[in-house]
Amino acid sequence: MRIHTRVLCWSAALFGALVCTVLFSARVGPESIDTWTVARATVNTFAYPSGLSIETARAGVWGYGLNLPVPDLSYTQPFDLAVGRTDQIIVQELRLPRIFLGAIVGFSLATAGAVMQGFFRNPMADPSIIGVSSGAAVGAVAVIAFPIAMPFGLQTAAFVGALIAAFGVYLIATENGRTPVATLLLAGLAIQTFLGAVISYLLLYTGDSLEEAVLWLMGHLRWSSWSDVEVTLPIAVGMFVVLLAYARDLNVMLLGEEDAQALGIDVEWTKRILLAGASIITAAGVAVAGIIGFVGLIIPHMMRLLVGPDHRILIPTSALAGATFLVAADTLARAGPAEVPVGIVTAAVGAPFFLFLLRRREVHAL
Amino acid sequence: MSSEFDRVANRDEAGAVRVENLSHSFGDVAVLDGVDLAVDPGEFVALVGPNGAGKTTLLRLLNGVLEPDSGTVTLGGTSTAALSAKAVSRQVATVPQDTHIGFSFTVEQLVEMGRTPHRSRLDWTSDTDPIERALERTETAQFRDRTVDELSGGQRQRVLLARALAQEAPTLLLDEPTASLDINHQVQMLSLVEELVDEGKAALAAIHDLDLAARYCDRLLLLSDGEIRARGSPEDVLADESLSAAFGTKTAVTQNPATGTPTVAAFTERPPADGNVHIAGGGESSVRALRTLWQAGFDVSIGPVPEGDTTATLADQLDCPAVTAPPFSPVSGKNREAAIALARAADVVVLSSGPGSGVVADEATEPRIRARLDESGGAKRATAAMGDGGPEPTATDRVVESEQALLTAVRECVEAVEEGGV
Repeated sequence: MRIHTRVLCWSAALFGALVCTVLFSARVGPESIDTWTVARATVNTFAYPSGLSIETARAGVWGYGLNLPVPDLSYTQPFDLAVGRTDQIIVQELRLPRIFLGAIVGFSLATAGAVMQGFFRNPMADPSIIGVSSGAAVGAVAVIAFPIAMPFGLQTAAFVGALIAAFGVYLIATENGRTPVATLLLAGLAIQTFLGAVISYLLLYTGDSLEEAVLWLMGHLRWSSWSDVEVTLPIAVGMFVVLLAYARDLNVMLLGEEDAQALGIDVEWTKRILLAGASIITAAGVAVAGIIGFVGLIIPHMMRLLVGPDHRILIPTSALAGATFLVAADTLARAGPAEVPVGIVTAAVGAPFFLFLLRRREVHAL
Repeated sequence: MSSEFDRVANRDEAGAVRVENLSHSFGDVAVLDGVDLAVDPGEFVALVGPNGAGKTTLLRLLNGVLEPDSGTVTLGGTSTAALSAKAVSRQVATVPQDTHIGFSFTVEQLVEMGRTPHRSRLDWTSDTDPIERALERTETAQFRDRTVDELSGGQRQRVLLARALAQEAPTLLLDEPTASLDINHQVQMLSLVEELVDEGKAALAAIHDLDLAARYCDRLLLLSDGEIRARGSPEDVLADESLSAAFGTKTAVTQNPATGTPTVAAFTERPPADGNVHIAGGGESSVRALRTLWQAGFDVSIGPVPEGDTTATLADQLDCPAVTAPPFSPVSGKNREAAIALARAADVVVLSSGPGSGVVADEATEPRIRARLDESGGAKRATAAMGDGGPEPTATDRVVESEQALLTAVRECVEAVEEGGV
């Protein structure tokens, strides 16, 4: 029972921190709104899906198009606390989508980071290590350079690009049904370098959209919408549950593949699940927010120092801490007179912190 | 080989390891070739053999880390080909070679991982009973909250054994369980496994220390070049000719006076050296001279030495020609002639201060070296008892009092003989 209690206590504390950070973040902006108004407006924003209809959306490339059926959820908002109309709109439509999306992206990247560091038994591993981020970038920049008319066109292209890259790295590194971790790491590096060249090449053709492409590559949450949240949340939560279910197997895998096999873990199958889960959850985060570095590297590290190496507690605490961290970082990113991409903030805050850990030699103890 | 299977056929199939005609290769390199073996509950079997013989590969095939190219592994009556990784790990628990575990898991967390085969994925509860039992059995309960990397090598090895016990599998596989331990912890570790075996576990351990294997295990399997070359009781396997061949070196088996079990000494590779040396007489001086000269690569003959003398035993194990004579009586007749013939055939004769040297001393015309490598009274008494005190050194005899001096003297004599065109 001890592990359950610890997981619950840590998760409750971190969830509390997340809620506080969300409320604080929703106050910040050109229009300053007091905390209680923000809290009431946030409660009002709460909605549950109450109906489903199918609509058609037009998708097309270069004038050729077709109508696609798209599920459309209608929502019911059960609460109606007293909040000024303007404040409600600012909180509900401008700030909260961005904050929620930031939380989900932070949650996803930190989860994937915790899993990847355990998987590679390497504290320098991060979610993009097997080419997920580079693949997403190729997809995103390609769509920016050669636009297609399609709902979520950019996000879909980034998501698909991420998964193709990850799967490609996996295929390259796999021989006779076995995927040595060291080969995977090197194949990931090679593919990342190659895709870096592709991205640079594509940037030459972005023309007027260069700024948009560069902004995406830096990672930002500027154009967040509730529909991004709707699409990303189920993927993030679903993959989180899958990865959490394999937390104990991941612990055993830390002992080395041979020990893990001797303890009854189907090593190759577990590796596939972990890679797929971590890649999908990373792809979901990167697709909507661009490349945000250091969250997946720093947060699992920090949590490992606090809660130890057991992934049953490390994965949920990292996820919640990642969500909190990214919301805070994004608040900082948009608090100044000119908004900066949040990727710059995470890197600027994360790298010195990492160096601090390095000097204290904490990073060596995975 | 057939007797092994006759014996096996009469036993209960459950909880046992059966390996039939197992072969495995890495690429073009055949590591195991047609291995058969059986381990039963209550039996502690050692897998011995030189480095690279395939011991670890065999263990990996048994615990499912590797899949065999051909042949079958049967655990508790079921072929591993039909078992999931989880089912295999309920049948065999592996104690890995102590590798550095660089993660700050606590002892308790690590032992808890031994329960993996018994839990479903979403079951995070810890069924504490088997874990407690394993901690207590291995006397590791007192450091349950310490992290594994804080422990000493001996403690860590016990924790790994505790993890295997928590698996509650009927068979234990141990890969060099004593490799990184000091002598005290080696004995502790194997005694513990011995106790577990007495309680009904089956244990198969790859052990490179032949003495320890002989002392603790019921049976030895000698694996070399991917095949089992000898099997049976420690006495039989250690005395088997294939042992020297397997290890590529001369070995000598004696009895350990403290434990009463066989003990093996291996000799390092001998450099080639020209020259025949005859050593006359037994006793401590003679043993030392024999060991030194044989190790240096000379062809050594011995005689006369008293029957049962340490020199005689060593000469036998080193395949050196030796003439022995009954102790406590004068050397005469055939033995005397034979010893003198050997001495004459040699380039150099070394006379020990022990019993029997006088016989040759009188007759040998070769350069003579008197080895006085021990000055204890024992040798003198023995000399007297053999009825032969040995003559006083003549002016041409060289007297040496250390192994190094003996070696130098022998080398000089051999060179002189060669230059003399003899």
